Amino acid sequence: MTTRREKIVLPLIAVLLGFVLGSLIVALTGRSPLAMYAAIVKGFSGIDILNGQPLNSRYIGEFIIQAMPIILTGLSFAFASRTGLFSIGAEGQLMIGSLSATTVALLVRAPTVIHLPLVLLAAILGGALWGAIPGFLKARYNVHEVVVTIMMNYIALHFNNFVILNIFGSVDRVKTAPFPATALLKSPFLESITRNSRLNWGFIPVILALLIFAFIINKTTFGYSLRAVGYNKEAARYAGMKVNRNIIASMAIAGAFAGLAGAVITVGTFNFGRVIQSAEGYGFDGIAVALVGGNEAFGILLAGMLFGGLKAAQPLMQSQGIPREIAGIIQASIVLFVAMKFGIKMVLDKFERKQAPTTEGDRV
Amino acid sequence: MSYIVEMLHITKDFPGIRANDDITLQIEEKSIHALLGENGAGKSTLMSILFGLYQPDGGSIRVRGKEVKISDPNVATSLGIGMVHQHFKLVHNFTVTENIILGMEPHKGPVIDIRSAENKVEEISKLYGLAVDPRAKIEDISVSMQQRVEILKMLFRDAEILIFDEPTAVLTPQEIHELMQIMRRLVEEGKTILLITHKLKEIKEVADVCTVLRRGKLVGTVPVADTDEERMAEMMVGRQVSFHVEKGPAKPGEELLRIENLNVKNVKGLLGVRNLSLSVRAGEVLGLCGIDGNGQTELVQAITGLTKIESGKIFLRNINIANLSIKERTDLGLGHIPEDRQKHGLVLDFTLGENFIIHNYYEKPFANWGILNKKAILENAERLIREFDVRSGQGAMTPARAMSGGNQQKAIVAREIDRSPDVFIVVQPTRGLDVGAIEYIHKRIIAERDRGKAILLVSLELDEIMDVSDRIAVIYNGEIVGIVDAAATTENELGLMMSGALRKMHTAPQAVHA
Repeated sequence: MTTRREKIVLPLIAVLLGFVLGSLIVALTGRSPLAMYAAIVKGFSGIDILNGQPLNSRYIGEFIIQAMPIILTGLSFAFASRTGLFSIGAEGQLMIGSLSATTVALLVRAPTVIHLPLVLLAAILGGALWGAIPGFLKARYNVHEVVVTIMMNYIALHFNNFVILNIFGSVDRVKTAPFPATALLKSPFLESITRNSRLNWGFIPVILALLIFAFIINKTTFGYSLRAVGYNKEAARYAGMKVNRNIIASMAIAGAFAGLAGAVITVGTFNFGRVIQSAEGYGFDGIAVALVGGNEAFGILLAGMLFGGLKAAQPLMQSQGIPREIAGIIQASIVLFVAMKFGIKMVLDKFERKQAPTTEGDRV
Repeated sequence: MSYIVEMLHITKDFPGIRANDDITLQIEEKSIHALLGENGAGKSTLMSILFGLYQPDGGSIRVRGKEVKISDPNVATSLGIGMVHQHFKLVHNFTVTENIILGMEPHKGPVIDIRSAENKVEEISKLYGLAVDPRAKIEDISVSMQQRVEILKMLFRDAEILIFDEPTAVLTPQEIHELMQIMRRLVEEGKTILLITHKLKEIKEVADVCTVLRRGKLVGTVPVADTDEERMAEMMVGRQVSFHVEKGPAKPGEELLRIENLNVKNVKGLLGVRNLSLSVRAGEVLGLCGIDGNGQTELVQAITGLTKIESGKIFLRNINIANLSIKERTDLGLGHIPEDRQKHGLVLDFTLGENFIIHNYYEKPFANWGILNKKAILENAERLIREFDVRSGQGAMTPARAMSGGNQQKAIVAREIDRSPDVFIVVQPTRGLDVGAIEYIHKRIIAERDRGKAILLVSLELDEIMDVSDRIAVIYNGEIVGIVDAAATTENELGLMMSGALRKMHTAPQAVHA
């Protein structure tokens, strides 16, 4: 089996198996799997198979809203992963990105063309800084990045809440004052063509991030050296590469992607800084997206949209009487099946071998 | 005499390459049958099929006259086929016995019956003259002892047909000799041995019959007693091979590498290199020989910058490079063929093309303004593949991981020789290579010498050291115990120095300075 096929076929099979498992569980709870699929189709498009409703652009807008941040956290995980690092830190980097965006949105007064880029830049830098810290600790003191990034997530959560409550003086202990319009990604135009969904200009930085990711990793000398470090640190060192600098840079860039996700949520989906009760799962969703997407930009785009759609379908499933957790179970089992890719590959190879004698006959 | 194993008309395809093409191999019971071939000739593939790791695309296998389907290694084991792999598969903090019984532990109730297992291991060890201590920990015993543990593992599982995959690659000359005796003993006791190798000397010494493969095809099967080494080499390579390295006298010039009072710690924190001084001049090959583990690795890593030194100086031309970064040393003209090809030499998940540019990926023509130039990378790879006859399924796009060990080695050698560094540290350049490739690489090293480069050749192969070097330094216990003229020394003299029994400074380093 060639690697190209492996990269495409295996995740597809994993997705398929995930849905099969989800259907089985729904059937076990005594509901119709058909209703689940109807809810998922509706989540992506608004088309209601059961009640015959046509395409509704509002649903498309809402599922893209769900997909955007997890595509970015997916890029974050994947970027660190390409350098051989296992970063759990996207969640915290996202919160710091969000807090940085909030700060610039509230404190700076400028026209949109200046204010909005500043907000995004602040989020990117905030996330990058938060990512660089575990990168530095790894490079300098060989502290494992998994431990550091998990702890940094907690620090980020409480730091965010502290700042929002005590410095920006939240009135209702939930959120800050609304941002000025100049800081927002919101677009009345996009809202109007999607029947008042929350769709906003956030998809533009997301697409740029995808392109930048693919460009850095595949086309640049920097990406080459990151991949070398990721695959074989010792060989990279032998070749004279600055392994430690690459580790820090990689973690910082991973943080930048996650930080941007924070801005896309805060000044796109919302228009105020928020107190966060507990981790919202963007980081873990990102890991899932990256794993299913094979750590490649295009794969991450598709996996992000799939999981975004599943998220959007959750409330719809609930209204069909199907527990919303099923969507989570499907997502988790897809990741599980991706992790089991060697097993799937073995089964496929066995299947291929059984088919082989027919082609073999021609040759012998 | 009857055939114990017959592999008939075996064919196996991999993407882009037919690894085995209609190969027939018939092995007589109680014989030593050698399988000879260049790297990538299909030896390992054929053996992996016999051991159940791969399934053939065509052909059949018979064991003791009965047709069998070996679908996985467990089937091979139940048929009495065992394999000693080139890379040992041992748990280092387990004892010999614990390793041997792993997977089939004898029980006394719920408890592992280690005592009776130890007795059985000792018994087998005595029967075949292996002299292995069943209670020793793997990490405490030598490489050759570890290999014997692998042999014991098979015998413990009642293997009758033993496959040895390049067993001598990791052994010293003395240990090789002992292994040969063990192999003969095994056959006397009724075992059958299949020896995969590309070393003609060993085949001549121990094998009864030899089957030769070339580029996936069967060349022929010959009785070893009636066939000389030249003939076997010719069958393997497809042309006449010269065993002797053709070279003119060296014309040593200025001193390019000078090491003064160098001390380096090894991984255990002890001094692996002790107060060592050495110098290599332009236009000469200095061979460094010694038994494995006497400080060669530490010395090489200190020169190339992979390890920090304790004290001392390393001059490249007249610059002390002892505390410079690897990159700075490379830029000053230092080159290095590393000892461990999979750890340092290659990024296995990179393609061959990507591996070729690992030192200068950021330079023109491979990159422009930080952006990789795919076309230049591809052209570079195709040139090196052609020039050094690196064989791979998909050319420049082949993942290094998918290449055979010998071709991986060729790829590294190609990349490093192509850079033509002024001071060239060459470690085990022909490890795992066949005579044809060895001949070519030796020629290229001599060519570099003749271009006025200073070459430090570190090798465990005495033949290689004696053939290629102009002067030979012997390292023992981290110290240089002798420097002799390559033309004037003998294997015996070097052997004595390597074991620490003799010290000899024909041309002491100080004398070379003058």
